[in-house]
Amino acid sequence: MAPAMRQAFVDVGLPVLAVFASLLLFGIVVSFGGVNPLELWLLLFRGAFGDWFSWQNTLQRAAPLMLTALCVALPARAGLVVIGGEGALVLGGLACAALPLALPLPGGVVGLALVCGVGAMAGGLWIALVGALREYRGINETISSLLLAYVAIGLFKHWVEGPLRDPTSLNKPSTPALAESLRIGGIAGSDVHWGLVFGVVACLLFSVALRSTVWGFSTRVVGGNTKAAQLVGLAASRLVLLACALGGACAGLAGAIEVAAVHTSANASLIVGYGYAGILVSFIARHNPVAVIPVAILLGGFGAAGSLLQRRLGLPDASVLLLQGIAFVLILASEALRDADWRAIWRRILQPSGPRPSSTPLGDRTV
Amino acid sequence: MNHHHTKRRASLKSLVSIGAAGTLGMLNPRVHAQKPFTFGVIYVGPRDDFGYNQAHAQAAAELKKLPGVKVVEEENVPETAAVQKTMTGMIAQDGASLLFPTSFGYFDPHILALAPRNAAVRFSHCGGLWTEGKHPKNVGSFFGYIDECQYLNGVVAGHMTKSNKIGFVAAKPIPQVLRNINAFLLGARSVKPAITCSAIFTGDWSMPVKEAEATNSLADQGVDVFTMHVDGPKVVVETAAKRGRMVCGYHASQAKLAPNAYLTGAEWNWLTAYKTIIDAARAGTPHPNFLRGGLKEGYVKSSAYGSMVTDGARKNADDIRGKMMAGNFDIFVGGVGGLKDNKGNIVIAAGRSLKQTDIELEKMNYLVEGVIGSV
Repeated sequence: MAPAMRQAFVDVGLPVLAVFASLLLFGIVVSFGGVNPLELWLLLFRGAFGDWFSWQNTLQRAAPLMLTALCVALPARAGLVVIGGEGALVLGGLACAALPLALPLPGGVVGLALVCGVGAMAGGLWIALVGALREYRGINETISSLLLAYVAIGLFKHWVEGPLRDPTSLNKPSTPALAESLRIGGIAGSDVHWGLVFGVVACLLFSVALRSTVWGFSTRVVGGNTKAAQLVGLAASRLVLLACALGGACAGLAGAIEVAAVHTSANASLIVGYGYAGILVSFIARHNPVAVIPVAILLGGFGAAGSLLQRRLGLPDASVLLLQGIAFVLILASEALRDADWRAIWRRILQPSGPRPSSTPLGDRTV
Repeated sequence: MNHHHTKRRASLKSLVSIGAAGTLGMLNPRVHAQKPFTFGVIYVGPRDDFGYNQAHAQAAAELKKLPGVKVVEEENVPETAAVQKTMTGMIAQDGASLLFPTSFGYFDPHILALAPRNAAVRFSHCGGLWTEGKHPKNVGSFFGYIDECQYLNGVVAGHMTKSNKIGFVAAKPIPQVLRNINAFLLGARSVKPAITCSAIFTGDWSMPVKEAEATNSLADQGVDVFTMHVDGPKVVVETAAKRGRMVCGYHASQAKLAPNAYLTGAEWNWLTAYKTIIDAARAGTPHPNFLRGGLKEGYVKSSAYGSMVTDGARKNADDIRGKMMAGNFDIFVGGVGGLKDNKGNIVIAAGRSLKQTDIELEKMNYLVEGVIGSV
């Protein structure tokens, strides 16, 4: 096999095998609970990818996760572990809902671009603050981004339940609803809103940019070794800040889209952990923006399938969390097999008693 | 039950036409007699939370026993596009013709987005937001005047407290919650007018750590009887019991969690509302759009008294419950000098008394005199 093909085979094959293995394990676990595993697998597939309804369900759930995963993936490429995307998301949603209150907006595409833009800006500034704290004050970005997410949620609640509250929202404090002309509809009559397109386009765009632009190359150099990057004259701090701002902008955009496409106003229903789910997606995708797409769809599929499992088999919600847990542990564990020398392993299996081949060729290939 | 008292006649005509449509729609299940009547119940949290969701799950579990009825359930469904998917799934994949989306936040925009597209399906939302003329006819809401039971909690607490300080751990300062806090204090003050109630807002419906902190800090301040309005009262009940304090429950019975500290509790009795709505759907009569009720209508109930509750307390609470059941007891009354909020403003004028059905009570934005805390 050509090395590139072999690489692609390993990249795709390992996680797919891991998912199948986790389904097998999950089937065994639930069979102890008296559930027929065959029926379970069938339902899982039907619920996530079985028909058009299931696909819509899966894609709808995946849409916000792609953008929040980018909030982890982009800073990660510049060497930062940012886990506070939830903060950027809620502030993005808040900014989106607040802009029409501050100034009159034209309806349609222009107004929509403005509310989404201001959402992205709010998220971008928030995560850029994390980057700045780390670059100029030496504060650990993982901790600060997580803590700032709590601050952001506090700010969000203060504004939604205080100055921006729609007085008619009695028992569910919300901002006034966006005008009809500022809302995002479904794609071609489906339930899946345009947020999915934003997510996919952003993932592809950032993948190309990271791979084949000067900015992308510089960012990856900074992420690889900041000292070396500075030595060759790269403006490391600025690149880090930009990566943070772009990541935050993605999460902020996700929040704005949730408001414009789903909730129509900013309220506490926005805080459901999309930002934290994005961390999982990004790490499973190894911070590769293209890989974020299938991983987000997989996670969305788990959600959709879990819904059907609950309704048909009466399984608790926790069961699908169990499947998710097994799947992600196995996917991460399968990484260890990435550089395995399969030919040597086969040889050992086929000739267990024979003389062992010299260990040198094995030694220089395994890591 | 208590249909909305306004605009009743105006809606009669449209109700009749909907009724006709409903009957036509219901012909199908009768033709296919073997097909069960399927309805869905959607919970925002876990079904076994000893609280809000469990109260609904208990009603659903009872209804499962009815012949010819199939129940599909889903728990931990957030108030996002996910609940829209769950509802459409129940309709399209499970054939449900009636849905009970139980969380307050499911209504707007989620139920309102789906109802027009699924005109043959009935949606019954728990919370009380349906408005005549504004919302579709295949949508309805039901809710209970649980402040009646919180008042009774207060009466029992008033008898049992030694420090004359009682405490309330609350989620958010919204009208429903404020009404419960005020009813609890008014119940206690009906026994001993010197009692104060400290209220702490945790900020959200499920904040276990903050709920424990609030309970501990109130206990440190000398509060000896607690109650709460959060989704899962488990943490407050267990923490209060651990601190050797007494507690009145909420949503469902938490007596099992703290048998030695649990005085009584304000419980939902959703079976009444569920049955009314399901019977209407099966018979093809108009969808009950606005259902409300208190103790009298069987929408709420009190937990059985704990063994430590004194005879005097029981008798006093039972007397008031009797008056409430007979429909001649009002909680929010101006009395001689008017009812004051805790900033000194008169909120209900002297001599005025508000019936439980009064819309003014649904906009409550104050804490009454004697409550320590701010909205």
